[in-house]
Amino acid sequence: MPALGRLVTAYHAVQADRAFAEELAALQRHYVGRPTPLYHARKLSAEAGGAQIYLKREDLAHTGSHKINNALGQGLLAKRMGKNRIIAETGAGQHGVATATVCAMLGQECIVYMGEEDVRRQSLNVFRMKLLGAEVRPVGSGSRTLKDAINEAIRDWVTNVEDTYYLIGSVVGPHPYPTMVRDFQSVIGRETRAQCLEQIGRLPAAVVACVGGGSNAMGIFHPFVEDGGVQLVGAEAAGHGTESGRHAATLVAGRPGVLHGARSYLLQDANGQVAEAHSVSAGLDYPGVGPEHAYLKETGRARYAGVTDQEAVDAFQLLCRLEGIIPALETAHAIALAVQLAPTFDQADAIVVNLSGRGDKDMGTVAGALGVTL
Amino acid sequence: MPEGRIERTLARLREAGSLGLIGWQTVGYPEKGAAQRLVPALLEGGFDLIELGVPFSDPQADGATVQRASHVALRNGTTPADCLQTVRDLRNEGVSAPLIFLSYYNPIMAMGLERFAGTAAEAGLDGLIVPDLPPEEADELLAALDPCGIDPIFLVAPTSTDDRLAAVAARARGFIYCVSLAGVTGARQHLSAGLPAYLERVRRVSDLPLTVGFGVSRPEHVASLRGHADAAVVASAILDLMERTPAQRHGAALKEFAISLRDAAGPQPA
Repeated sequence: MPALGRLVTAYHAVQADRAFAEELAALQRHYVGRPTPLYHARKLSAEAGGAQIYLKREDLAHTGSHKINNALGQGLLAKRMGKNRIIAETGAGQHGVATATVCAMLGQECIVYMGEEDVRRQSLNVFRMKLLGAEVRPVGSGSRTLKDAINEAIRDWVTNVEDTYYLIGSVVGPHPYPTMVRDFQSVIGRETRAQCLEQIGRLPAAVVACVGGGSNAMGIFHPFVEDGGVQLVGAEAAGHGTESGRHAATLVAGRPGVLHGARSYLLQDANGQVAEAHSVSAGLDYPGVGPEHAYLKETGRARYAGVTDQEAVDAFQLLCRLEGIIPALETAHAIALAVQLAPTFDQADAIVVNLSGRGDKDMGTVAGALGVTL
Repeated sequence: MPEGRIERTLARLREAGSLGLIGWQTVGYPEKGAAQRLVPALLEGGFDLIELGVPFSDPQADGATVQRASHVALRNGTTPADCLQTVRDLRNEGVSAPLIFLSYYNPIMAMGLERFAGTAAEAGLDGLIVPDLPPEEADELLAALDPCGIDPIFLVAPTSTDDRLAAVAARARGFIYCVSLAGVTGARQHLSAGLPAYLERVRRVSDLPLTVGFGVSRPEHVASLRGHADAAVVASAILDLMERTPAQRHGAALKEFAISLRDAAGPQPA
């Protein structure tokens, strides 16, 4: 807890520090490759039949997903705090890869906790992290997925709190993480807003993003929250369907609860035991969700809908064929929802989808889902 | 304000010049109903108070030993209602020692804070520790526990700031649980050399008894705490002993272990 207090203080200090902002901006431009493009997906729009669909190409950011935005911001913060041992949790491995990348660049020691189940289904990312010099520690407790990796990272942090920085990967966990991760990811929404005004001449009718913990969604939603005319829509992983009990649609089908130091929505049984989430995409396979999403839901500013495994795999193939873009399976949930929503809008309206990551890591899973042996 | 059973018990031990011993059972481990048999064995061997672990799917403050026991207890179908029934059963068996729950917040929240507090008080529970609830966020729970006479017990650590110590001192009843180290639960070889100075820091902000836990596992640990703390929590060492002992010998083994710790802690008051 005092570590969280020191983190709040250090974060406030860098927020007011122009040199920090300049260092971050320079690395975002020259290392990450920002700004990422906003691309008008004309064939996908025609197929959906309705609003014009635009894709915010976070898949083109260094390491292949939006996760680098937050890893870079927090990595620099850790450096300012004089902490050279970085720990992180990862589900799909994208945050682990982003953290390992930043640590290699900044010269920091990196340890990534990853559920054994995720190590198995995301072996490519495990190898990437090792190449980048990180140590990957498989977590065999509980459901052996993301929530258990977070438990283990928390245990490491309380044990090694003096020299260790916990670089959490989503808008979850105790304060100040949900706020800080949102702020580092908000670069997505700030760019998108400016690009919409420049390329389309107005704000979009809707912004759509997938929600696991919720960092890419929070990053693109946040700069639009005050724009009342812009609908904010989150796609949660409905797995085999929200009635099946095998899903990760926390906001759609969960109840308020407390996990990992935050009060938010939670998938849980009648006795308050945290339920095992399920999704075809490891990055959405989390039974909690960022507390600010719970707030946006309760105030009605954002709405959230479930997208099943099958719908996501279908949308994955659709985007490959129509636009020549292979999205991450997580992102495919947002594509599926945008295609469903487009016909409810006018042809002149724009819908922006946060294309949060690329799908190279998912080849094995998609091949399996399509019955193909690689 | 009348002191509860926990403070009265620890005050009598202090007058006798002895260290209090707080034992542990994870409810539902190794099978349902085990705590009803093993808590009496711990008390007969010389423990003074008992902590009952309410199993949780995500025990973030616990090391491997308590995690395993929690996992087995959940697999056995143990619910918070079963834990409350365990307290009722122990009281019906005539157990009069203070009984304390250690529960993460979500199972209590799921039951409803007031319903939990009312049922727990009626069952005969004396105190509650919620390791993932900081004192600054505990007001709703305190409002539910207070009319029921259940003591809210908070954890402090060697890294706790003076502000945190003050926040705990303002809200705690029963005792203050002083975590011996920066880390998670689990038996350790040695206790920190800095413990006496740390306990002095806590002593300056509160008149409540001080209890030391996390890592306390051997008679020499217990002996070294006499004169510095009011009680010691021994938890993982009990589960470790159960893991390496055949189930039919659990009662006898726990009683023997309790006796060895009692010798180091000093005699119980008559």
